[in-house]
Amino acid sequence: MRYSGFKVIKEALTGHKGWTPAWRDPEPQSHYDYIIIGGGGHGLATAYYLAKEYQQKRIAVIEKGWIGGGNVGRNTTIIRSNYLLDGNEPFYEFSLKLWEGLEQDLNYNAMVSQRGILNLIHSDAQRDAFIRRGNAMILNGADAQMLTTEQIKDRYPFLNTDDARFPIKGGLAQHRGGTVRHDAVAWGYARGADSRGVDIIQNCEVTGFRIENGKCLGVETSRGFIGGTKVGCAVAGSSGRLMAKADMRLPIESHVLQAFVSEGLKPVLPGVVTFGAGHFYVSQSDKGGLVFGGDIDGYNSYAQRGNLPTVEDVCEGGMAIFPALGRARLLRMWGGIMDMSMDGSPIIDRTHIDGLYFNGGWCYGGFKATPASGFCFAHLLTNDTPHATATAYRFDRFQKGLMIDEKGMGNQPNLH
Amino acid sequence: MTQHNRFSKGGQIDRTTPQQFVFDGKSYEGYAGDTLASALLANGVRLMGRSFKYHRPRGVLTAGSEEPNALVELREGNRQEPNTRATTAELYDGLTAKSQNRLGSLRFDLLAINDRLSNFFTAGFYYKTFMWPAAFWEKLYEPIIRHAAGLGSLSLKDDPDVYDKGFLHCDLLIIGAGPAGLAAALTAGRAGADVIIADEDFRMGGRLNSETFVLGDDSGADWAAASVGELQNLPNVRVMPRTTIIGAFDHGIYGAVERISDHLKTPEAGKPRQILWRIYSQRTILAAGATERPIAFENNDRPGIMLASALRTYANRFSVTADKRVAIFTNNDDGHRTARDLHAKGVKIAAVVDIRPDIPRSTDYEVLQGEVIDTKGRLGLTFVDVQLADGSTRVLDCGALGVSGGWNPNVHMTCHQRGRPQWNDTLAAFVPGADLPQGMTVAGAAKGDLSTAGALEGGRAAALATLDLKTTNVDLPVAEDAPIALKPFWYVEGCSRAWLDPQNDVTVKDVKLSHQEGFRSVEHLKRYTTLGMATDQGKTSNMGGLAIMAELAGKSIPDVGTTIFRPPYTPTAIGAFGGRHRGQDFHPKRLTPSHQWATEQGAVFVEVGNWLRAQWFPRDGETTWRESVDREVLATRASVGVCDVTTLGKVDVQGTDAADFLNKIYCNGFAKLAVGKTRYGLMLREDGIAMDDGTAARLAEDHFVVTTTTANALPVYRHMEFVRQCLFPDMDVQLISTTEAWAQYAVAGPNSRSVLEKIVDQDISNDAFPFMACANITVCGGLRARLFRISFSGELAFEIAVPTAYGDALMRRIMDVGAEHDITPYGTEALGVMRIEKGHAAGNELNGTTTAQNLGMGRMVSKKKDSIGSILSEREGLNMADDLRQIGIKPVDPDALVPAGAHLMKMDGPVDAAHDQGYVTSACYSPNLGHAIALGFLKNGSERLGERMRLVSPLTQIETEVEIVSAHFIDPEGGRLRA
Amino acid sequence: MIIEHPLLGPRDAAEFTYMGDAALIDRPDWQSQTAAQDFYEYGYLRDNPAGWHKELWFHEAGDRSWLVVTRNTVTHEISTVELARDVARARGRSK
Repeated sequence: MRYSGFKVIKEALTGHKGWTPAWRDPEPQSHYDYIIIGGGGHGLATAYYLAKEYQQKRIAVIEKGWIGGGNVGRNTTIIRSNYLLDGNEPFYEFSLKLWEGLEQDLNYNAMVSQRGILNLIHSDAQRDAFIRRGNAMILNGADAQMLTTEQIKDRYPFLNTDDARFPIKGGLAQHRGGTVRHDAVAWGYARGADSRGVDIIQNCEVTGFRIENGKCLGVETSRGFIGGTKVGCAVAGSSGRLMAKADMRLPIESHVLQAFVSEGLKPVLPGVVTFGAGHFYVSQSDKGGLVFGGDIDGYNSYAQRGNLPTVEDVCEGGMAIFPALGRARLLRMWGGIMDMSMDGSPIIDRTHIDGLYFNGGWCYGGFKATPASGFCFAHLLTNDTPHATATAYRFDRFQKGLMIDEKGMGNQPNLH
Repeated sequence: MTQHNRFSKGGQIDRTTPQQFVFDGKSYEGYAGDTLASALLANGVRLMGRSFKYHRPRGVLTAGSEEPNALVELREGNRQEPNTRATTAELYDGLTAKSQNRLGSLRFDLLAINDRLSNFFTAGFYYKTFMWPAAFWEKLYEPIIRHAAGLGSLSLKDDPDVYDKGFLHCDLLIIGAGPAGLAAALTAGRAGADVIIADEDFRMGGRLNSETFVLGDDSGADWAAASVGELQNLPNVRVMPRTTIIGAFDHGIYGAVERISDHLKTPEAGKPRQILWRIYSQRTILAAGATERPIAFENNDRPGIMLASALRTYANRFSVTADKRVAIFTNNDDGHRTARDLHAKGVKIAAVVDIRPDIPRSTDYEVLQGEVIDTKGRLGLTFVDVQLADGSTRVLDCGALGVSGGWNPNVHMTCHQRGRPQWNDTLAAFVPGADLPQGMTVAGAAKGDLSTAGALEGGRAAALATLDLKTTNVDLPVAEDAPIALKPFWYVEGCSRAWLDPQNDVTVKDVKLSHQEGFRSVEHLKRYTTLGMATDQGKTSNMGGLAIMAELAGKSIPDVGTTIFRPPYTPTAIGAFGGRHRGQDFHPKRLTPSHQWATEQGAVFVEVGNWLRAQWFPRDGETTWRESVDREVLATRASVGVCDVTTLGKVDVQGTDAADFLNKIYCNGFAKLAVGKTRYGLMLREDGIAMDDGTAARLAEDHFVVTTTTANALPVYRHMEFVRQCLFPDMDVQLISTTEAWAQYAVAGPNSRSVLEKIVDQDISNDAFPFMACANITVCGGLRARLFRISFSGELAFEIAVPTAYGDALMRRIMDVGAEHDITPYGTEALGVMRIEKGHAAGNELNGTTTAQNLGMGRMVSKKKDSIGSILSEREGLNMADDLRQIGIKPVDPDALVPAGAHLMKMDGPVDAAHDQGYVTSACYSPNLGHAIALGFLKNGSERLGERMRLVSPLTQIETEVEIVSAHFIDPEGGRLRA
Repeated sequence: MIIEHPLLGPRDAAEFTYMGDAALIDRPDWQSQTAAQDFYEYGYLRDNPAGWHKELWFHEAGDRSWLVVTRNTVTHEISTVELARDVARARGRSK
């Protein structure tokens, strides 16, 4: 079924009887060419691009719970490609370009909104680093603009420019950055994949891999064995747990990242603002809630909840930069499990087991990567070679010393 | 006539204290003890807001914090507070409030057109349209949607109030001061336990204040007041009204927000608006009560349609009726209580409509078996259509309708650590599950004990059990103990525009459509329809949605499941979480020992982490910072300058294994360093990347002083302790950070020795104290001090350190004795210029990705010993032939700028990322050379000295031609250092 | 969270800085034939269990002890807290 304004009007006038399920609820088949484990944004996007771009057939997405229930369902919805390093910037710029055409491609309004993202600068060293980054972005074909404090004041007059402990000394803007309605990304990819024949199998937990002679033959699940020629894992947050079933240890720790939303408010914030001297970033959703976050709690956790010190730390940053925020109320806080990798960058690669492929380690940058991650993983699954924008995301980069360390924090995941 | 809906007597309001207030520009009067909602109802105001999507008229639904409808902008100006629940806003004299989410007046909201179009604006409609043309989303559709969305508005003025934070500890935290909480608190308090009892309401007592029950010989409210009074007099009990426990966190830590001043026009002088408490409790009793739930029927959202229990609260506690004619719609006995209480106060009961066949009868008013099938009234309820059991219909003439669908225990806090609630068939509701947060027990209605006697008994029993008490001296009064009599009933068959979530405008029809489109899990339902995502987080709406989902899926409600309850329990001012950490107090300021002196000199300060350092010292007549910095650099190189370098980290390392220890943490060797000598040290992380650099001075065989960069003082110290305690636990070595214990000044320049000779008591001639010497010395005739002959500037230089208490005096003395050489204080800018001129790496170069090789120090990494990072530094990726190397850069045109952050490109190659050759890390104007200079990293840079390159910074629109040169711009042979 | 410091009693986790898996105590032998592989695995691979996890916390705003905390990563429950130095010695580390 094709969605359109016309269709909405027609259904409104005929009692909405014509809407059908956005995706089927099929029984698993005994064998697929491709099994994607994880019905989150990345897994669904992978299946979609496998079917659409790489013309593959017999594809299943297997999801433990309900699709879109992981990090794609709980994040701060930001998209951007303001990365510094060669290994990252082309990939995230590819992703941003995919976002730009996504809704028409999917025939699903995911509310991709290029409202711009602004990283505030508070010191000369930070400015030097942001100039280098902005230049790297432009040299990679992305957009970037340096804003003066005055320009920032014009756009965000309520930011603390008078009495700040760390005065705003400018900002790096990416106008093509912005936000997306996160749930709709999962649903849009699911609907698109389903319409191209992908089986989306919900409430089906992978309990093990069937591996014989170094080759993966399929997955044991709560609904029985499902054979697969190629099995791709895209369960970021739970990568450690899943890959342990294949006896793999990963360069990844699972950490909790909290995020927050305020009560609905009339529009105040046009774009995304990131505070450079504390842990705080914020945007406003179309519904009116201020969506904000900061740093991870910092300890390994699968609990999907965090603790008060981090909540306070984030809100302190908010009050420091945006002192009108005090009278808005925090409505809801939540925690997601992050695959924090050893250099802060992801992995899209084959494993040492034939037929078993891995996509994970997204730290807290996974949402913006969704389209490119799916595209590149589909490429890898189809061709067994990495996509041109994802050549650096290899397992062996740690062994070889080819880390992609944007923050320069080394092999300590909670610092990335 | 004012307050025409106020009864002439009764209630817990103070009629001797009238309070004037303004709502939407109109003045009203209420009483102390009112909420804004009760005062508005007393004045006959039913219409208080508009819904989110359809802009339907909204009045109060509840009498508590679960209110979804009556949200207002409270106060004005910089204290304007959007989305404040009128049902919890305590009335004060002079209160002002405005309705919100309307275009035009509240009565004639132009956006009410959305209601006419509601058939188009169904659940998820926006995912299906607004996609063409693509550019119109940001330009047209989205701005319209954004402006229509949102609820109240933020003033965008800085919040003028103060918020505090505090910590409390107790044996027992009791959440909720209704009958269960009070009985628990009396039991625990009389037994001597340290108790905190907190309640979100300004009047403690919970439902006891809202009901007409008696407890023994007292009214419920009087018993509650007496109990609270007793608790307040117990020294071991802290009674906290107006305090919401917002969340249960790990290990018995609870967040609480106490509203100190929200019931006042402005906070009293010196008082905060709110306090965020972190309560550390050994045990917790959750006695948070229960919330009544509505029933969905056609047009059930009109102002005047309320929860039956809320009508009772307004009548009994606030002495107010929502209207003179009231009807009731219920599926349980509790709804009949409202009719009885209101009738007793003289309110006309139009009828009680009960869905059950065996209904409690009344001689005072009509009781009908049937269902409400529709309502009328544009801005407030006027008529209710009832279908009776026999199929006939009745129209009831009434301005208020009380609805009761049963009660949901407030289990939220039991689920904050991802426990799941259990289904209880008797209540047709979820009750706490087995998996409770550490130390928590649940009592009273929150546990499912809905009768007053059950709550009292449950509270006492919970306190006895959790504190392991054998006996108690709390005798509970005789109280109401009615059984639960309820027939589960969620929505009236055939209804469509029947609201489940009246704030977000989610109707029964939306839930059905969502199911039809395959959004069948409870999380999908929530996200697709926005059910339960309103400011009340679904407290009154979620159960209805679940019940319909269950029915459509042919499952039981518990099989459908619930969404996850997350903190905060009620929305909480962000200011409270921020506390005093805002403005200049966001982070503490660390001041250097010479700060006072530097302030007197008119220094400009800069934030370096939490430190404030003098950036430069402007003099009269200097109009730009560059003039000052150039002068400071030239004066230092020509004669002598002084700079406070206290912020550099200092770690004292002592023990017989101290040298071995340094051998572990530095990649270069320290074992052979002679006593009295200092050596540059490069520290790697275990991954082989440069972590920090600094010096280690050997003051004795078993005593070193290690310095770190300012930024890394803490992480390096932490790392050193890790190496000491975790990797080499038997080494005889002790560490202590002494960064703030010593004031340290760099005295640099050809005359630095002459200056210091005047205050140092020992011989510091070049022979006695050569380059890289260090010593414990005395100054000014006996003050202990340390002297290091090290140089960051490249000049003959010393760093001198004295105990911090003498730092100010030493700076003043250095300036005095240096006067004859025109000693010049210099700041971090001049320091930076001189270190770039000298080619020293600093933070911009040590950016966490550079190796010793990159810095041109690859050969420093000793392979003859074990040191942190040495093995992993050998990986191929860190040793590539065309690796980046630190180089110097100078512009071909001496007037050109060389901006840091610019990238280096070959003269003839393309300018893009694929051809990037390197980048500029640090840049400055060199007053000694008369042109800009810079440090940078360039691929294979050490082999490319003399090469001309394009320096591009498209971001700042600068492109210039540069020459790659040695990073040592000044005195490359180092003669000055050794002079 | 509250960490029961073996010397100082219960302390708020905010006083501590977290590093990660206590396996970081087991630093390989730099002279081993397999040192390169050993250090790679030591530096980069983690068990990352969902459940009990021995991990390193530094009492930064306290006595500057490194502690080994045994904590459940699913429930955040803490079972034991030891001085890392004692653990290191017990695992055979010395000078």
